[in-house]
Amino acid sequence: MRMDNKIDPKELEDFPDEERPLEYQTETGSLNIFGFWMFLGAEIVLFSALFGTYFVLIFRTDSSVLPTELFDMGLVLAMTFTLLTSSFTSGLAINEMRLGNARRMMIWIGITLVLGLGFLGMEIYEFVEFASEGATLATSAFWSAFFLLLGTHGVHVAMGVAWFIIILIQIKMRGLNPVTANKTFIASLYWHFLDVIWIFIFTGVYLLRLVIA
Amino acid sequence: MDPAWDEFIITGEPFILAGQIAILVTTIGIIFILTYFKKWKWLWNEWITTPDHRKIGIMYIIASLLMMIRAGVDAMMMRTQLAAPNMPFLGEAQHYNEIFTTHGTIMIIFVATPFLIGLMNVAVPLQIGARDVAFPFVNNLSFWTFFWGAMLFNISFVIGGAPDAGWSAYMPLASNDLSMGPGQNFYLLGLQISGIGTLATGINLVTTIIKMRAKGMTLMRMPMFTWTTLITSLIIIGSFPILTVALAMQTFDRLWDAAFFTLQDGGMPMMWVNLFWLWGHPEVYIVILPAFGIFSEIITTFARKRLFGYTSMVFAIAAISGLSFLVWVHHFFTMGAGPMVNSFFSISTMAIAVPTGVKIFNWLATLHRGRIRFNVPMVWALGFIPNFTIGGVTGVMLAMAAADYQYHNTYFLVSHFHYVLIAGTIFGCFAGTIYWWPKMFGVKLNERLGHWVFWLFMIGFNVTFFPQYFLGLDGMPRRIYTYFPEDGWFSLNFLSTVGAYMMGFAFVLLVYNMYYSYRYEKRETSGDAWGGRTLEWATSSAIPPHYNFAQIPEVKDQDAFWQMKQEGVDPNGVEEYQDVHMPNHSGNPFVMCVFMFIGGFGLVFHWWTIGIIGALGIFACMIQRSFSRDDGHIVSAEEVRKEEAEIREGQANENG
Repeated sequence: MRMDNKIDPKELEDFPDEERPLEYQTETGSLNIFGFWMFLGAEIVLFSALFGTYFVLIFRTDSSVLPTELFDMGLVLAMTFTLLTSSFTSGLAINEMRLGNARRMMIWIGITLVLGLGFLGMEIYEFVEFASEGATLATSAFWSAFFLLLGTHGVHVAMGVAWFIIILIQIKMRGLNPVTANKTFIASLYWHFLDVIWIFIFTGVYLLRLVIA
Repeated sequence: MDPAWDEFIITGEPFILAGQIAILVTTIGIIFILTYFKKWKWLWNEWITTPDHRKIGIMYIIASLLMMIRAGVDAMMMRTQLAAPNMPFLGEAQHYNEIFTTHGTIMIIFVATPFLIGLMNVAVPLQIGARDVAFPFVNNLSFWTFFWGAMLFNISFVIGGAPDAGWSAYMPLASNDLSMGPGQNFYLLGLQISGIGTLATGINLVTTIIKMRAKGMTLMRMPMFTWTTLITSLIIIGSFPILTVALAMQTFDRLWDAAFFTLQDGGMPMMWVNLFWLWGHPEVYIVILPAFGIFSEIITTFARKRLFGYTSMVFAIAAISGLSFLVWVHHFFTMGAGPMVNSFFSISTMAIAVPTGVKIFNWLATLHRGRIRFNVPMVWALGFIPNFTIGGVTGVMLAMAAADYQYHNTYFLVSHFHYVLIAGTIFGCFAGTIYWWPKMFGVKLNERLGHWVFWLFMIGFNVTFFPQYFLGLDGMPRRIYTYFPEDGWFSLNFLSTVGAYMMGFAFVLLVYNMYYSYRYEKRETSGDAWGGRTLEWATSSAIPPHYNFAQIPEVKDQDAFWQMKQEGVDPNGVEEYQDVHMPNHSGNPFVMCVFMFIGGFGLVFHWWTIGIIGALGIFACMIQRSFSRDDGHIVSAEEVRKEEAEIREGQANENG
């Protein structure tokens, strides 16, 4: 099966680079985006392994406190809305970036950051509450899996916050150019990904507990 | 855990003392030589900070060879201990446990995987007509994570004690209760650090192969080694994160009393076994598929024929990679998952024999009516086919769940996986190294010595492992440190040890050949050392210039370079030179990985302050990297023209 009569799409790409979106203009930039999608593939596998473990250990609370006694659905709902909104605002930032409006873009990133920090604050509050009720990493298999899954997601969010801060400084210093645009675009991909993971956590970890004991 | 100062460095074991002295002498020797010849700057500028895929590949291969020596010495010690019943050689079971653990772990993680990644680094960008990989900075980072991860694992036997729970580190054997001391922590953190690099390499190579192929090289025109690299990299992306998670969980269990795999608090030791082999089985294909690719390249080159059944070869690799994720339970049929589960995994395992068989027949058909040259790489490839097939057939025997209850945990299994990993992976690594040696160093390895190495190694390998099938059938379990005369295992064991020494001698001869050939062999003048068929042989000089190709060749056929030669096209007959964009050097990855090592070392001993210092150092390096402006540099058309002219002049002088 030779593919001689198919045209390599690369041969068609003779339009000038300036016609592409800013973040795709340099060759390195578009490689970075492709590579990051591959990385997100690996992240999906990572979280799948964590979810898999969580579901296997879901009833293995031993004699420790039960999750149904601790889960505060109001707080969880607040966290969910905060993070989902931040995903939306990071999308708006990219939209402004495409329009070439650096100032508005930075404002939307700033709002995203505030929401991200708010989410982290609520998560830390939740973990401290759980710990004071006697549920920690070392309590039982279930709680180990719970804290590793949510902790990994939380650490990812914290990394995302730090990343956005670094990018904000760079846009401030160097303006909006193919390099900073590329970084912002990739960070927003990451941020959306964390949002998707949270949706699975929200349903698989919290909502599920409303229907099973 | 806070070991007293006098327990920190292991004392009182003669072999470990020898190891300590060897490490000290080697370190002093290296420092002395580098200082005496004023090579520190050269080492830093030319090698440690290099973004060049070929140099990074060479560093991978050298480091893997060093690791192979270490794990090979482990193997020699095990074989000596088992040569006769009641051997007093290693003294006690604990020492033997540590040795088989480090032998297995190092051979898989720090030899097979990085060796193949090294060969990929050397060959793949050239094969697809690229100037480097997609992310040269990350490539350098990957190498140093592997290197420092390996160092962290290796210092365990002199500082704190080596891990002793087997390379598969089953829980609860690997827990604090049964593996006291820091040994297992070294395993967890060393593998975690080097695993980051392997994943990064996987992402890097997928991006390189998908995005950076020369004009005209469609997917179905890629050389077979590039195909296997692509698929292997996808397997890496799909499986290494599982290892990351499993290692993290065991680390949490050991360092912070989590209860994932414990016997109390609802933990589930079986979960470790599942997660480990969910990574571990794909890992088997990570180390075998590239070897298949290497043999495909070598067989086509030395049979001077186009690869038979190219398309079926590609589909076979893809099928193997898919199935590799569906067979992991065959590593523990005896744990009693029930007949339904065992049947499923039994059948899926046997199914892998089908695409593998397709590949074997494709190689045989490629040889059929070829004009075969018996150069050293080809002999390794020809040796691979029958030996690997023996490993494959015994693999199908093990795959039958009912029969596996007989073979499980015996030397039959040990022999099986050595037949696939040595005859497949190690033969492939050696063959690939010898094949691409002129690309790396501009000289061929001596053929006479090379044939000696092959025959000694191949015969030694069979003498070592063939008797082990019968020892296994005779009931000898693996991982025992001694046996009694009345067990009746003496003669076959002794034979096996003799073979092991033959292999060891052959390996020494191989390393000597590298030195000998570098000193005395004739330099290669053209880029086409073997009459090759693929683009890596189309470079203007034997060692490709640092930009690889002055002008990216245009591909019109599956065997691109062969077709050019048939049509009399000179890939280096460039009419107009153009500017070339190349990546910059950076010392950041090296420093970052030193911090990974420091942080990992701190965690091993529960020294949180050192762990935090390591983490802060890593973050500082990441931030430095983010703020640095690195757009690479331009090699001007004029410089490229000059370098190419010099290469041609040199060749004219050699030939004239």
